[in-house]
Amino acid sequence: MAAAGQEQTVSDYIVHHLTNLTYGKLPEGFERYDGETVAAGGHWTFAHGADEIAAMGFNAIHVDSLGWSIGLGIIFCALFRWVAVRASAETPSGLINFIEMIVEFIDNQVKDTFHGNNKLIAPLSLTIFVWVFLMNLMDLIPVDVVPELMLLAGVEYQKIVPSTDPNITMGMAIGVFVLMLFYSIKVKGFGFVKELTMNPFNHWAFIPVNLFMEVVGLLAKPFSLGLRLFGNMYAGEMIFILIAALFSAGIFWLLPAALLQIGWAIFHILVITLQAFIFMVLTIVYLSMAHEDH
Amino acid sequence: MNINLTIIGQILAFIAFVAFCMRYVWPPILAAMEERQQKIADGLAAADRASHDLELAQKEAVDRLSEAKKEAAAIVEAANKRAATVVDEAKVAAVAEADRVKELASAEVEREKAQAKEQLLTQVSTLAIAGAEKVLAAEIDADKHAALLEQLVKEQ
Repeated sequence: MAAAGQEQTVSDYIVHHLTNLTYGKLPEGFERYDGETVAAGGHWTFAHGADEIAAMGFNAIHVDSLGWSIGLGIIFCALFRWVAVRASAETPSGLINFIEMIVEFIDNQVKDTFHGNNKLIAPLSLTIFVWVFLMNLMDLIPVDVVPELMLLAGVEYQKIVPSTDPNITMGMAIGVFVLMLFYSIKVKGFGFVKELTMNPFNHWAFIPVNLFMEVVGLLAKPFSLGLRLFGNMYAGEMIFILIAALFSAGIFWLLPAALLQIGWAIFHILVITLQAFIFMVLTIVYLSMAHEDH
Repeated sequence: MNINLTIIGQILAFIAFVAFCMRYVWPPILAAMEERQQKIADGLAAADRASHDLELAQKEAVDRLSEAKKEAAAIVEAANKRAATVVDEAKVAAVAEADRVKELASAEVEREKAQAKEQLLTQVSTLAIAGAEKVLAAEIDADKHAALLEQLVKEQ
């Protein structure tokens, strides 16, 4: 698949599945896969292979991850907006009931954890939960379906699970982190500085030590938030790919691979929901901590 | 792990979706749910109130019933008393009437007895005179002795 016309190995297959469709700027003088050299001023194009992606560095966009991510976000917004327009005090039915159930669940979670008065936390949590869930849900689509279809349409790479892309998960984690900083400063003001410098050792001599520890602790939050989701989903996706690769190992592997596929998919229903839930709960907890004076 | 511009794109998308959700999704849904909750709570409260009212009404009904029963019992008792009194009065009146009638009767009897006695005496005296007339017809002059007998009757 990755290298047309050549014998495809399992590792090629896996690498192909783990490569994003990347649109980026190749640096000047870079020699492309077909022998062309990039002209002066660089060249924006779709990357072909890991070398080109590496050469693009930061000036690149994972078109597939971001596309699926935004697409799923739009689905979320459209679906919930559709319900929001129709929601009334009358007896709800069907889809409206289901959506209201989710909203109530989120609302309870927020009320349990977050005791301040903030109009942002609940919708933020809802967005995170549903969006992350939808992104994770892409994991349950058999790994070959969309990439193969895309290949037929002439698109070389396609990674359809946005949450297996650290850019996506860290993007959200950074969003949450910025909110944490914003509310910490807004609510505590100078107290936030004091919290960073006077904890855990309440003495002026320990200020550097305290500052170091607190800043590490603070920075660990978005990283743990984003990388936890990324790690879980990436590992899950990887196992799906390995199971899919098993299908090509011979006729005897067909049945075990199918059973593994089904078993892992069923287990994954739990994982994707749980990861979405954890991301949401930790967001609420972190923002709740940002609102509370110690 | 390739961190690249995707992360910026994701942050922007994140902000956009959260803002949309905060503005257009969360408030209407929650408002509808709260309104419904309020409606249900009102309904339940109304039901509670109604059942409370019913309880009160039942209690009042029971109270009124027992009151009415008491009243009825009192009326019956009074009537019984009145009846007893009437009977007693009637008895007394009857006895008095009977006594009066008896007295009248005995007075009549006395009177008639006296009259009869008088009559009898008159007849006896007439008869005695007749007898005596017959006996004395020969010997005694009736006109002579009549005054004497008349005097005798009067002395009786």
